[in-house]
Amino acid sequence: MADLAQTTQPVEIDRVIIRFAGDSGDGMQLTGDRFTSASAVFGNDLSTLPEYPAEIRAPAGTLAGVSAFQVHISDHDITTPGDAPNVLVAMNPAALRSELHHLADGGTVIVNTDAFEERNLTKAGYRSDPLADGSLDRYTVYEVPMTTLTKDAVASLGVKPRDAERSKNFFALGLISWMYTRPSEPTLTWIEEKFGSKPQVAAANRVAFATGHAFGETAELFETPYSVRPATHEPGTYTNITGNTALAWGLVAAGQLAGIPVFLGGYPITPASDILHELSKHKNFGIRTLQAEDEIAGIGAALGAAFGGHLGVTTTSGPGIALKSETMGLAVSLELPLIVVDIQRGGPSTGLPTKTEQADLMQAMYGRHGESPIPIVAPYSPAQCFEAAIEAARIALKYRTPVLLLSDGYLANGSEPWRLPDVADLPDISVEFANEANHVDAEGEPEFWPYLRDPSTLARPWAVPGTPGLEHRIGGIEKEDGTGNISYDPANHERMVHIRADKVAGIAADIPAVAVHGDVDDGELLVVGWGSTWGAIDGAVNRCRAKGHKVAHTHLTHLNPFPTNLGDVLRRYPRVVVPELNLGQLSRLLRAEYLVDVRSVTKVQGVPFTAGELEVALLKELDA
Amino acid sequence: MTDLHDHATTAKDWSSDQEVRWCPGCGDYSILKAVQTLMPELGGRPENTVFVSGIGCAARFPYYMKTYGMHSIHGRAPAIATGLAMARADLDVWVVGGDGDMLSIGGNHLIHALRRNVNLTILMFNNQIYGLTKGQYSPTSEVGKVTKSTPFGSLDQPFNPVSVALGAEASFVARTHDLDRKHMMETFRRAREHRGAAFVEIFQNCNVFNDGAFGAITAKSARDDMLIPLVHGEPIRFGAEKEKGVVLDAQGRAHLVLVADVGEDAILVHDESRTEPGLAFVLSRLSSGPYEPTPIGVFRAVDRPDYGSETDRQLAASHDKSGPGDLTTLLHSRPTWDVP
Repeated sequence: MADLAQTTQPVEIDRVIIRFAGDSGDGMQLTGDRFTSASAVFGNDLSTLPEYPAEIRAPAGTLAGVSAFQVHISDHDITTPGDAPNVLVAMNPAALRSELHHLADGGTVIVNTDAFEERNLTKAGYRSDPLADGSLDRYTVYEVPMTTLTKDAVASLGVKPRDAERSKNFFALGLISWMYTRPSEPTLTWIEEKFGSKPQVAAANRVAFATGHAFGETAELFETPYSVRPATHEPGTYTNITGNTALAWGLVAAGQLAGIPVFLGGYPITPASDILHELSKHKNFGIRTLQAEDEIAGIGAALGAAFGGHLGVTTTSGPGIALKSETMGLAVSLELPLIVVDIQRGGPSTGLPTKTEQADLMQAMYGRHGESPIPIVAPYSPAQCFEAAIEAARIALKYRTPVLLLSDGYLANGSEPWRLPDVADLPDISVEFANEANHVDAEGEPEFWPYLRDPSTLARPWAVPGTPGLEHRIGGIEKEDGTGNISYDPANHERMVHIRADKVAGIAADIPAVAVHGDVDDGELLVVGWGSTWGAIDGAVNRCRAKGHKVAHTHLTHLNPFPTNLGDVLRRYPRVVVPELNLGQLSRLLRAEYLVDVRSVTKVQGVPFTAGELEVALLKELDA
Repeated sequence: MTDLHDHATTAKDWSSDQEVRWCPGCGDYSILKAVQTLMPELGGRPENTVFVSGIGCAARFPYYMKTYGMHSIHGRAPAIATGLAMARADLDVWVVGGDGDMLSIGGNHLIHALRRNVNLTILMFNNQIYGLTKGQYSPTSEVGKVTKSTPFGSLDQPFNPVSVALGAEASFVARTHDLDRKHMMETFRRAREHRGAAFVEIFQNCNVFNDGAFGAITAKSARDDMLIPLVHGEPIRFGAEKEKGVVLDAQGRAHLVLVADVGEDAILVHDESRTEPGLAFVLSRLSSGPYEPTPIGVFRAVDRPDYGSETDRQLAASHDKSGPGDLTTLLHSRPTWDVP
């Protein structure tokens, strides 16, 4: 399929941030996703931020129903979806009203004028028409009757009026694709693949896309298109990937690298469900998925599978972690490998189900009864979720422990280009099951002790059912170290509590030391981050340094245990700032552990930090 | 270590070295004995057998079996066993628990394991009381039950466990009691041989907190008149001389009658294999508690594909269609571009 003609010579720019916004039913997530895919294939660096309401279809035309997708494309390395968009595509008045405040001063607004009639204006809360009352004077506004143009264009296809109207998002996509000189071939091919079984819908979408593209080319409304050249990435093969897909593939890879089947027990919950969806497709890898009756059954089944020798995984968000806590405690006591994935969202309770937050860190650290330590791994970018999943599996399998993988809604749904790794370079995390007795009884007969540990890792043997002679019983009641027999002996309990703590603490020797970037040797300020704030912190640190400040940045991928050199690193800098999307949970852990006067920068609005607001916060700390 | 592959097993091969810690006189002892005695007859191997339990007196069961075992947390045994049986269709997985464990805190997991038809043998010890927490009423306690937590009598309508299991689409449902080892062993044998989820309610006496709860129907002197044995293909009759029986009226209700009054041909013939569970349900409602004539035996046994086998079938089909999973192929399965 050939690209659509584009005759006007584009003006080159180094980057642009576009925000697509419309009603939940307008297909804005799809539009953004398609624009992103075309840009990815074109070779730009990019970062995305989908934002959608918790309601599937709030009443049409209302502010509550607005769904938006922001994409940042660039000819150089970028790490965030951008602070303020340069372009806002608003499919109706509600989208304009709820999203305009994001737009950069002097930015461009493209509106679907057909939706700007009185009823929609009223629903959006406008007393007068913003297109007529001068309130948009500081922006460049393009008024395009997208619905009418789309309907007219597809009229001859015999498409039902409702389907015709629905295609207007492809008109918008066509127009923006022209404006930013995107290749049209990937989108046209995708339409054929996606709607191949519904030829009329495919035709309508294709025509709408082409009409939007041609409108840009011929309408003389737009002075010139722009182009953003491909970024200079490291050589390799790339794909554009969301955090949830990368995490799911990381789990597939972990099973392959470990040489055991993957078992996922989960329950649908936003924003984690996509991992269950993705893994349920890959049955030819021997992956079993169970959509359980509840969160507790999801982790229970995963733990049962782990007892049977599988790589047990459960995926959820914060509310699900609360429900799984008791079973996580059981896994700590049983000392079986288990991966618990928490795609954090705004809380407490149902909170902001579709929005991002990092407020489950304390829950991950301490959210179980008793002394119940669990290692925590946190990815820092969408693509890095792949690596983090393998790392979580490595720790779980090697140390026979549940591991918490703390991602969040922003990483889960956001995407970026990913240089595909060579499978041969991935780590070997293969496991060996116990297959023979490891002790002799009083009569000199060989016997199996399920809690006789490897002295270096303190891991116990993993003997799976089906292995003759190694029959044993394990449970949540305190057991005697070694034999694993029930023991209520006070001294034994204390010993076991210490062993479990030491086992997890000992993992510190087996994880990378923290790396410091920026002004490593003479920094006035160290910024410590974890998880999805990496991109925004990186941007803010670079901006501060460009202004002459000496700033260093370190980002934690392991939160329990902390890397062994963390204390030394923290003490090396006069000031330490920890930005987090919570009220200071990591900063409290660092203060408690290292007695360093860590300053906390927080945000809990359901959206990521922008590099700009972190820059302001860091400059304030530097001036303090 | 004895190599069990070389000889048939004995009850001793299935008994662990752990001291049994139930109260003296507890009905659990006879159930344990029945299972340990039955195991060699079933021909399985200890290494391929797993007992999974939740919390409660009954849930200590796995510690006493010399098999693989997991004593987990309250109510979750059916969920944990579901994962194990799904992952390992080759194993013989048993779930053991009490009425509180399986019908109260774990009720949700029980009904879903049953409807999915996970290949599990589920033994539910029903003593109509919470034992391990020292005597609160349970979801099978009778209305008006006076316990520590209900000093003025329980207000709760109890579950009929057989009715619950039938309503949950169970493919095998049976009932037995702790005073009849032969009947227990026969019932457990049928349950174990059933491919899919097999649910067995066992009337079990808690001699400390609810002594004699089933005495009115299970005492030797009472059994003839108070237990109605269900035998597939045979008329449902009971009494010392089999003089009593069960008939259905035109509205589908079951009644107890004297055979002499209605004639032998009028007596309902038990058919455990009926696809429609309605008749089994009617039988489960014959008694509303252990003080009226109560059916025991297999209520329902129908063939339905089990969950683990179906899971494996989907995996095999996917493997046949797409070949074995290849990581490099997966990583390149979305649109890619090359940077030279």
